[in-house]
Amino acid sequence: MLSIKDLTVNVNDKQILKGINLEIKAGEIHAIMGPNGSGKSTLSHVLSGKSGYTVTGGTATYQGKDLLEMAPEIRAREGVFLAFQYPVEIPGVSNVYLLKAALNSMRKHHGQPEVDAMDFLTLVKEKVRLLEMDEKFLYRAVNEGFSGGEKKRNEILQMAILEPKLCIMDETDSGLDIDALKIVAEGVNSLRSPERSFVMVTHYQRLLDYIKPDFVHVLAHGRIVKSGGPELALELEEKGYSWVEDNQAAA
Amino acid sequence: MNTAIASRYTAEYQTIAPALPGQNLPWLQELRNDALKKFSEQGFPSPREEEWRYTNVSGIEKKLFSPSKSLTAGDIDAEWLKSYQLQDAWVVVLVNGHFSAELSVLDGLPKGVSVMSMADALTTQPDTLERYLGLAANQAEHSFIAFNTAWFTDGLFVHVSAKQVLDRPIQLLHIVTGVDAMATTRNVIVADEMSEARVIETFVGLTNAYVTAAVTEVFVEQNADLTLYKMQSESDKAYHFGGSYIKQARDARFIHHNFAFGGLMARSDIHVDLDHASECELNGLYLGIKRQHIDNHTRINHLKPYAISRELYKGVLDDRARGVFQGRVIVAVDAQKTDSQMNNRNLLLSDDAEADTKPQLEIYADDVKCGHGVTVGQLDEKSIFYLQSRCVDEETARNMLTFAFANEMVDKIKIKGLHDMVLEQVLARFPQEGVNKEWL
Repeated sequence: MLSIKDLTVNVNDKQILKGINLEIKAGEIHAIMGPNGSGKSTLSHVLSGKSGYTVTGGTATYQGKDLLEMAPEIRAREGVFLAFQYPVEIPGVSNVYLLKAALNSMRKHHGQPEVDAMDFLTLVKEKVRLLEMDEKFLYRAVNEGFSGGEKKRNEILQMAILEPKLCIMDETDSGLDIDALKIVAEGVNSLRSPERSFVMVTHYQRLLDYIKPDFVHVLAHGRIVKSGGPELALELEEKGYSWVEDNQAAA
Repeated sequence: MNTAIASRYTAEYQTIAPALPGQNLPWLQELRNDALKKFSEQGFPSPREEEWRYTNVSGIEKKLFSPSKSLTAGDIDAEWLKSYQLQDAWVVVLVNGHFSAELSVLDGLPKGVSVMSMADALTTQPDTLERYLGLAANQAEHSFIAFNTAWFTDGLFVHVSAKQVLDRPIQLLHIVTGVDAMATTRNVIVADEMSEARVIETFVGLTNAYVTAAVTEVFVEQNADLTLYKMQSESDKAYHFGGSYIKQARDARFIHHNFAFGGLMARSDIHVDLDHASECELNGLYLGIKRQHIDNHTRINHLKPYAISRELYKGVLDDRARGVFQGRVIVAVDAQKTDSQMNNRNLLLSDDAEADTKPQLEIYADDVKCGHGVTVGQLDEKSIFYLQSRCVDEETARNMLTFAFANEMVDKIKIKGLHDMVLEQVLARFPQEGVNKEWL
């Protein structure tokens, strides 16, 4: 699905990612954990094509294609979905309009006709029910005046409609209380499938109580310093990030 | 000040005056004479006046625009008219500054509600008009008010009696068809105690050069609720000078929506006087393309305690267009507990477009909550990336966001027919590749 090799990235001439290597196969869930400033957000932004990052070396191959060559919208249409840490408010564009624009852009990219208006409404309403959202949300402006939990649920709704292959979840748990976290996690779990992979970028372990990863990687100072199974997250929670950072320094 | 042009208008006035309405009303004659004198002394406003420093009206001094003496509607294309006329509304149509009975729709008015032309009102209920005409718009404010008072040929009169709640809106359809014509109209709207009404002013014209000089005086009495919409989509060679002057009594509510789309030069003045615990909301959207100059001046006078005002004006400026926003909020010394918020946001789509914005707070009371915010800028890069990450290409994302910026104001319109009409105007003005009307 995604193969990252020796990826180095600069922001304003400062090296943030110092050689990332990561292999993600279809159906896997990878958690990338790390302290503030470790380069977690940079990694998710670079993979989704946000501007302001200079790739100075290495590769990221997505389904056999050079991911880093693609415009952000092409990546999205090819099935890469970034769930934002801070979803953007867009007054004047309704949720349902954006969903329709997004889905039809994706369908056009794959040579499919625009979705039928009735079919679309049926699809959207079904997903809305699944995420325990109020239908009124569809007709409100994108994220405008939404609570933290509503914004994150809205991201999952978009994900459910677009059915991406690779979901990059950037600090999904930030700003969520425990109830909202559970609903979001249920949404993500309902989207798990053997064809779909997830990269969960997170500072804390608590999200991983609800979405169980197959692999955990610890990012520190721009490098993956430790990889393991779900138990690594628990160990990390117990010992703190200084444990791996110290290990790295000792090595 | 250009008194040369003023004297040309003044000289012509004597030939026009006998045809103006209200000749038999001494109070109106006095008002008109006083206004004529003021205008003769001052001429049209000059950029040396603080309130006109961004807007130079000398363009209208290059030729003499003549008030139309014709009392007929002339030939108006029915299809064209229909695109601006609201269904399920009482409609007063003014053509070149004169009432057209045949084009107007006034049947089925409830008892206690007057909707008629100003000329008819001056004939049938002069005493009522004497109590209102000239009381909200101060002639000393600027010379367009004086000009309007002396020259007005007709207008709209609305009087909603106490406790009446109107289920249908009232539309003023102001059309100018004459070449080099000047349409000078005066409107008076009165909402008595506890009444509720919606009034829409629509200013449109053919492709000619002409001048619209309109003054609307609004009286919202105690506990009444009035919403006034204004949409000007004048011809791209036209000059529009339109003022709305509102007096709110205790606990009165007033909402204004100002859509400024047309005209080579367009200026709107909105002045609101707030009494005890009254509330007003001023919304504005101005879209400038080519070489348009669109100026909006608002003034909110908090005269008494506990009043609330909310203001949001948004501008989108492309090509070489220029937008001006000058908003003043004045809080009088005994207007304690005033709650006021004023915002102006501008989007510049080209390097040659310009936005001049000047919010002013003048606070003389000491226990108030007042804020203001101004932005002039380009589209937000974060929003563009967000849309791109949802499969939308960059150009479409930019168009969507531009449209969305304007559409936020369109969405505030609660009358379906008007909402659709205004939406058409917005969509017609900017490249909307990728904005799918059917999805809205």
